[in-house]
Amino acid sequence: MTRHIARTWLGAGALLATGALTLTACGSGFDDSGSGEASGSGSLSVLIGSSGDAETQAVEEAVAAWSEESGVDAQVQVANDLPQQLSQGFAAGSPPDLFYLAPEALAGYAENGFIAPYGDDLANKDDFYPSLVENFTVDGSFFCAPKDFSTLALIINSDLWAAAGLTDADIPTTWDELASVAQRLTTDGQVGLAFGAEYQRLGVFMAQAGGGLLTDGAATADSAENVEALQYVKTNLENGSFAFAADIGAGWGGEAFGTQAAAMTIEGNWITGALTADYPDVNYVVAELPEGPGGKGTLQFTNCWGLAADSANQEDARALVEYLTGTDQQLAFSEAFGPMPSIQSAADAWTEANPDLSAFLAGADYAQFPPNLAGAADVITDFNAQIESLRSGDPQSILTGVQSNLEAIVP
Amino acid sequence: MSALTSAPRRAGSPSAGIRRGEAAAGWLFTAPVLIILGIFLLVPVLMALWVSFSDWTGRGSPFSSNVNFVGLDNYAAVTTGGGLAERDFGTALRNNAWYVLLVVPLQTALSLFLAVLVNRAVLRGRGFFRTAFYFPSVTSSVAITVLWLFLFSTSGAVNEVLSWLGVNGPNWFNDPSGVVHNLLGTVGVTTGPAALTGNTFLGVSWWDWLAGPSVAMSAFVLMAVFTTSGTFMLLFIAGLQNIGGDVMEAAMMDGANGWQRFWRVTLPQLKPVLFTVLTLGLIGTWQVFDQIYTGTQGGPGKTTLTPAYLSYSSAFLSQQWGQGAAIAFVLFVIIVALTILQRWVLRDRPVSRRRARQYEVRGTNGGAR
Repeated sequence: MTRHIARTWLGAGALLATGALTLTACGSGFDDSGSGEASGSGSLSVLIGSSGDAETQAVEEAVAAWSEESGVDAQVQVANDLPQQLSQGFAAGSPPDLFYLAPEALAGYAENGFIAPYGDDLANKDDFYPSLVENFTVDGSFFCAPKDFSTLALIINSDLWAAAGLTDADIPTTWDELASVAQRLTTDGQVGLAFGAEYQRLGVFMAQAGGGLLTDGAATADSAENVEALQYVKTNLENGSFAFAADIGAGWGGEAFGTQAAAMTIEGNWITGALTADYPDVNYVVAELPEGPGGKGTLQFTNCWGLAADSANQEDARALVEYLTGTDQQLAFSEAFGPMPSIQSAADAWTEANPDLSAFLAGADYAQFPPNLAGAADVITDFNAQIESLRSGDPQSILTGVQSNLEAIVP
Repeated sequence: MSALTSAPRRAGSPSAGIRRGEAAAGWLFTAPVLIILGIFLLVPVLMALWVSFSDWTGRGSPFSSNVNFVGLDNYAAVTTGGGLAERDFGTALRNNAWYVLLVVPLQTALSLFLAVLVNRAVLRGRGFFRTAFYFPSVTSSVAITVLWLFLFSTSGAVNEVLSWLGVNGPNWFNDPSGVVHNLLGTVGVTTGPAALTGNTFLGVSWWDWLAGPSVAMSAFVLMAVFTTSGTFMLLFIAGLQNIGGDVMEAAMMDGANGWQRFWRVTLPQLKPVLFTVLTLGLIGTWQVFDQIYTGTQGGPGKTTLTPAYLSYSSAFLSQQWGQGAAIAFVLFVIIVALTILQRWVLRDRPVSRRRARQYEVRGTNGGAR
């Protein structure tokens, strides 16, 4: 019996030793300095989260053209799950040099030291729209170049519009007008205006009321303006002329609009591509969103070209960004897959090419953007969870909750 | 899996005579598996454990010199932080607890029922039914989730069928309202007593803990029951086939009817299988992730958020790696604790005095032993 126990201990000891060896072997593998020397082969890797083939192809072509011009090898990879693949790269110490970066992830990445601020070093930094620069500024540093952007506008189904006896003169410019045309367009099985149940849509009303989640860096979620905005939406949801897309069986505003379950929706530039592809028979016009008590307001959405702090080719990467955000490239991207150029020098050419969509670009002058503080994405997710029950909820108490969540993350 | 079946008892002393040296050979033969499991299971788990106690930000190695030990900070943030992280964790636990509470009994009962059905020798086309019931289990959960999203959409097949019955179906995957709250609402109770609404646990008020699964989560409950019953049916069939015909025959001779035979003879003998099924069910339901990831991402109203998905989203999406790892380990502790509890509940009890007395010959003095 004693011998048996001894042997068991011997076996356990061997197992432990093997385990310890394995651990140390792994340990040496992880022992990197974080400087990313491994990727210093003189080539660039670019990781994008593509919306589809058109975008992938456009980016690949542009990067290939730059490679030829500069003589620096560059590879484009399309991510299935961008945040996850980026995380793997950062943890392994070999992230892609350039990648799409969403503003909600910006502050977290900057705080963790994933990305290098390079915006101020760009030759064309003054060409970007100021609101976009602000969108990608954390603690006073302009981190990364906005690759393009979109704003929200009012999309109107022109056939349903005409059928309700409305004309171009009736396109709403105030909240009251919006409510009354939505009422007229509401019939059995069709609502006047539908949009997603999220801050990323309802935020336009908060902007139009003169509110917003942050004002000069301070949390102002529970301001009277914001309460007024949510109350306006709630009232119209209650009388049935507004609806959340999910409540009328649609995945998003564009689907509700395309299936004609809604006569109007609030969406961004991406809706034009979706309508052409999925609902080519729907005729529509794009109008600026109406003014609220606080004037005009919309939200902008954008991504930037993040530059990894561990990248060994930061000079080359910056040159590539300058090329990709140049006027010609921006117009080519816009033509290929729809978003608007992030630089002002391309505005005229873009408006000329897309006269029907000029309302989107007009929004750039007064657009707000979702807070880009670290942790803001969680606050907005929580806000969205409560917006879903806005119809039965109390705007004031919803916003009070958002305020306390927001105060917790404001530096 | 191996941890769940009880280890076989050692027979005799292994060091004697002809069995000498078997232990070394045993270690040698198991070494490949031990090494592979060590590298891909044990080491990552230990690394995650370290991350849950560190301030690792996701950049470079968690063992590099600029990563610091922060004690229980990450655990505190999700359990006592008072902020959004705590409330999210409380909400996730609430959602998952209801999910477990409904799925485990339902799937166990249904799979046992199916097993008894297809185990009957007289059933025609047994093979067909066994395959049919088992089929959902072998289909990928992503495919089933997508199927479910279509079936349970506002204008989907389920609501269509409900409409034939005159029922106006809910907007399944977009309805965040709790089922228990809805039931209470039908009898006019829409707000809870102040004792429940005023006090919170993990940032969620007791009234909200009692909300029940949301309508969206209920659809996932149905899906879990649908997909896993087949697997467990298989386990029960195996258990049923191990029950000797002689015992049944003896029960029949004693005059037990079918119902009594099931409860008094079959079920007690299925206890080991029942333990396995309940344990696997508990583990599987507490770890629900892929349905949420592909289906709802925690929505609507965070009512399908689960700890497993929250762990993923706090790490990969919110860059809170320590908190993500901490959530995973709290989940681990919950699963282990519940398994131990369940093992204790299902333990082999000595025959109770009351029951033992029935078998005693009258006249002997009182004690049962």
